[in-house]
Amino acid sequence: MRSIIDILDLSTDELSELIATAEDIIAHPDRYSEVCHGKKLATLFFEPSTRTRLSFEAAMYELGGNVIGFSEAQSSSAAKGESVSDTVKTVSCYADIIAMRHPKEGAPLVASRAASVPIINAGDGGHNHPTQTLADLLTIYREKGTFENLTVGVCGDLKFGRTVHSLINAMSRYSGLKMVLISPEELKVPSYVKKDVLVKKGIPYIQTTDLTEVMPELDVLYMTRVQRERFFNEEDYLRLKDSYILTPDKLTNAKKDMIIMHPLPRVNEISVAIDDDPRACYFKQVLNGKYMRMALIMKLLKEAGTI
Amino acid sequence: MNIDSIQNGIVIDHITAGNGMKLYELLDLNSLDCSVALLRNVSSQKLGRKDIIKIDREIDLNLDLVGFVDPQATVVVIKNGEIVEKKKLDLPEVLKNVIRCKNPRCISTTEQEIVHEFRLSDRENRIYRCVYCETKAA
Repeated sequence: MRSIIDILDLSTDELSELIATAEDIIAHPDRYSEVCHGKKLATLFFEPSTRTRLSFEAAMYELGGNVIGFSEAQSSSAAKGESVSDTVKTVSCYADIIAMRHPKEGAPLVASRAASVPIINAGDGGHNHPTQTLADLLTIYREKGTFENLTVGVCGDLKFGRTVHSLINAMSRYSGLKMVLISPEELKVPSYVKKDVLVKKGIPYIQTTDLTEVMPELDVLYMTRVQRERFFNEEDYLRLKDSYILTPDKLTNAKKDMIIMHPLPRVNEISVAIDDDPRACYFKQVLNGKYMRMALIMKLLKEAGTI
Repeated sequence: MNIDSIQNGIVIDHITAGNGMKLYELLDLNSLDCSVALLRNVSSQKLGRKDIIKIDREIDLNLDLVGFVDPQATVVVIKNGEIVEKKKLDLPEVLKNVIRCKNPRCISTTEQEIVHEFRLSDRENRIYRCVYCETKAA
């Protein structure tokens, strides 16, 4: 049974196929409105999330399917001590496909080994969030028209930011990539991401603490939030949370066609004044996420022979 | 010092001096009720000093564990006093239930009866990573 746990579970050909499907959905939504009629998506969210869960639910409804599930661990049998494996074996009896978010890293992999229906990782702690990366990739593709020869800056929490690790992994498969890693010392990209991905593939990268200095080089600026829930120590969170705040004056030297992305939710790391800048793409990312989730749900259900 | 040769059993030879006790404990050889000999700091032409473990019974030895702790060790199976098989060990690609992940955020720390699984990610530097959270084995 095919599941998507990591963005690298999808080949670049499959990513192209999903992007083509998403663009067709955008152009012809009516053609897809009954594709999943009579099928059920279970959203198992052991950790609170608004946009990802609603995006999956909206995606399934727009495909003509139905949704069951829970939105926090307290309202699931996990609160009684049930294992992830048992939960998904049970839910496999009710649903055709499962989207799962869990605070523990690797929980969706455990689920995929136990379930009899496809599992989509909707975020596992600070580890992976492949469907956010699908949203990011569609946004980059639609805005820049290519994945090749781009200079991509990622800024903020690069240590715990799962979306950043997934994006680096995904983009590393395209030629001409240059990465610019912008973060405070304490939140730098883990050395294994640099060593296993950037160094191994010979991708040039710059590591810096100064966003303004590197701004003119960037084709894509991917901002992230310093996430309170990833810190064991509140003091560390408070000290680092305001490290980078993007304001209009910092964009003075940016390229006119640079795009500004953010996986959302933001707290204060992008000034609201930037929302009207034509380079701001973070709300487009949200919409693109829904289309890519629709494309992914269809692909997995087709491969499982369910539709 | 002489240790009797064994008729049916296993000899783990060429263990890097100092690793013998570690293997003895990790393989849980203390729980066997047959004769088990652990020889430490034995003179060796090849290694200078080595450890040897002799087990006076054929057991289902966890070769992945032996390879992980000491890939240069050799395992010899003896039947009726004759060597019937020599196993050269290497770093295994996958380790199952040999070591545990130390990342408190990893699902393997809470899920019941999970297989603790690591994959070899860097052979040269002997680095294993947890399949669930990708944390480097300590």
